Amino acid sequence: MSVLVYIDTADGHVKKASLEAMTYGSKIAEQIGTSAEAVVLGPVNDDLTSLGKYGIKKIYNVANDSLNHLDAQVYTKVVAQVADAAGAKVIVFSNNTNGKAIAPRLSARLKAGFVSGAVALPETSPGFTVKKSVFSAKAFANVSVNTDIKIIALNPNAYQTIATDGTAEVISFNANVDPPKVKVTNVTKASGEVPLTEAEIVVSAGRGMKGPENWGMVEELAKTLHAATACSRPVADAHWRPHNEHVGQTGIAIAPNLYIAIGISGAIQHLAGVNRSKVIVVINKDPEAPFFKAADYGIVGDAFEVVPKFTEAIKKLKGVS
Amino acid sequence: MKILVCISKTPDTTAKIAFTDNNTKFDGNGVQWIINPYDEWYSLVRAIELKEADASVVIHLVTVGAADADPIIRKALALGGDEAIRVNADSHDSYYVASQIAEVAKQGSYDLVFTGKETIDYNGSSIGGMLAELLDLPYIALASKFELAGTKAIVTREIEGGEETCEVALPAVISCQKGMAEARIPNMRGIMAARTKPLKVVEPVSADSLTGIQSFSLPPAKAGVKLVDPENVSELVRLLHEEAKAI
Ligand SMILES: Cc1cc2nc3c(=O)[nH]c(=O)nc-3n(C[C@H](O)[C@H](O)[C@H](O)COP(=O)(O)OP(=O)(O)OC[C@H]3O[C@@H](n4cnc5c(N)ncnc54)[C@H](O)[C@@H]3O)c2cc1C
Ligand SMILES: Nc1ncnc2c1ncn2[C@@H]1O[C@H](COP(=O)(O)O)[C@@H](O)[C@H]1O
Repeated sequence: MSVLVYIDTADGHVKKASLEAMTYGSKIAEQIGTSAEAVVLGPVNDDLTSLGKYGIKKIYNVANDSLNHLDAQVYTKVVAQVADAAGAKVIVFSNNTNGKAIAPRLSARLKAGFVSGAVALPETSPGFTVKKSVFSAKAFANVSVNTDIKIIALNPNAYQTIATDGTAEVISFNANVDPPKVKVTNVTKASGEVPLTEAEIVVSAGRGMKGPENWGMVEELAKTLHAATACSRPVADAHWRPHNEHVGQTGIAIAPNLYIAIGISGAIQHLAGVNRSKVIVVINKDPEAPFFKAADYGIVGDAFEVVPKFTEAIKKLKGVS
Repeated sequence: MKILVCISKTPDTTAKIAFTDNNTKFDGNGVQWIINPYDEWYSLVRAIELKEADASVVIHLVTVGAADADPIIRKALALGGDEAIRVNADSHDSYYVASQIAEVAKQGSYDLVFTGKETIDYNGSSIGGMLAELLDLPYIALASKFELAGTKAIVTREIEGGEETCEVALPAVISCQKGMAEARIPNMRGIMAARTKPLKVVEPVSADSLTGIQSFSLPPAKAGVKLVDPENVSELVRLLHEEAKAI
């Protein structure tokens, strides 16, 4: 018996969201009196043994050329084989793009009850109940899982990573791997920037910026804070900013430590994608802007004056000029 | 080319989120129901565009729901599907719902199945993947572009911090999100035509439910915003650093 954590990688590096999933998985293992193991597919450049820090005792690594790119069908069969070998009773994914592709498939394959968007450790005695985010983070649901094997996809930034001591045993696992049916022909990365879903700090701006030519100050603020940039939907629709920056109900949902909203009114559909943020700062010239109701800190003022001052003050704090 | 588009019914994006029956049920009182935005704006409209480009494309819609889903499926037909199937069952268990759709998909032998990225109420993001596994078909999640190329599809999907373009042989299951298409408004002709399009109601097949919602809760209310004078921006930086420990 074990808890099995799926380790997600990009360019051979373990994703931050997977460190959260490992910490979470090892806590569940403690709770149900078993050990936490993990599986990683495809090429890895990081030192896997050091992932023992997150409570993982054993890591199954499956390397095979057919696993160089994600084909959910192929990956699912491999994870199912590892889950079987590990005697996994609980399987944990991060609820990120790859998790969303693989975890539900695995659920159907193993006929194992699946809860996506988990935000806390499960209640495990009695039964097995997971708290998940619903209604675009406007509410939570407690979902009970009735099957012997349970699959959970943990929301990124919902569970704090804890690193202690420990090394993991890494074994290379021989799986049957089907040839992929999905052929990846091109990959475009928002290079050098912080990916939006993993960012600790996000600087976001809306129609209040008047036009794309004014984004310099937004980017400067983001750079100063090592933050990712985001925008409201009309801004992406007007092509002021790329589509992959659009956050909200119909865009990306994020949960950074700090979300800074500049010239965004705070429509309910926008809030749906950002209200899991720990701290929200709103800069808006209209004191009646609905966003202030969802904010922790705010400045009622003109973004064109406030944002450059804000950036300067942060530089001063960080001792750069 | 036969396309199956999965349509779900969700509360309007501005609906008040409240619960009844000792916090075990969503309070639908006064709530307006809509087609889940991902199903409408992205997957259905993209399917309609494919039909516009090639008149031989046939679009079927499927929803798993009670009779109160009929207005939603009629609206989807008004936008452009050819016929609709409603599986007469009310469930929030993804495996149960996916099993029902899988049955419909098997009966209709489709070349392509579109789902939305997720429902905006239960946020499962799971029906597409489960369906693909039940049908043993390739699955591309979170697609933002979709083109047909003979018996293949060329799909762009979201990956962490970027996008990836891939080719996949059909049949396949695709979950759709922003970028696939632009939202449309049904026109009068479509609304009239929808009245005579077939809406078949079928009874569910037997399938297991693997999960159950026990209760709901609402997040604690925010303490209220702390406003900082625009002439004193460094105070905001101090608060973020010392009080919120966010920078
Ligand atoms: C089904 C549906 C789904 C949707 N999904 C999304 C979604 O995912 N994401 C999303 O963002 N929206 C979404 N929307 C749109 C949403 O309802 C709002 O229209 C949108 O969020 C408004 O964007 P905005 O705040 O940038 O613009 P506006 O509402 O125009 O607000 C601009 C703000 O800037 C302020 N401002 C102006 N000038 C200045 C200045 N000089 N300094 C400071 N402040 C200034 C104004 O006071 C105002 O508050 C959706 C809508 C629907 C119907
Ligand atoms: N009851 C349903 N009937 C038909 N399709 C559904 C239903 N529920 C979900 N779907 C489809 O599956 C997608 C993902 O839903 P979910 O996995 O529940 O977030 C939705 O966008 C729909 O396309």
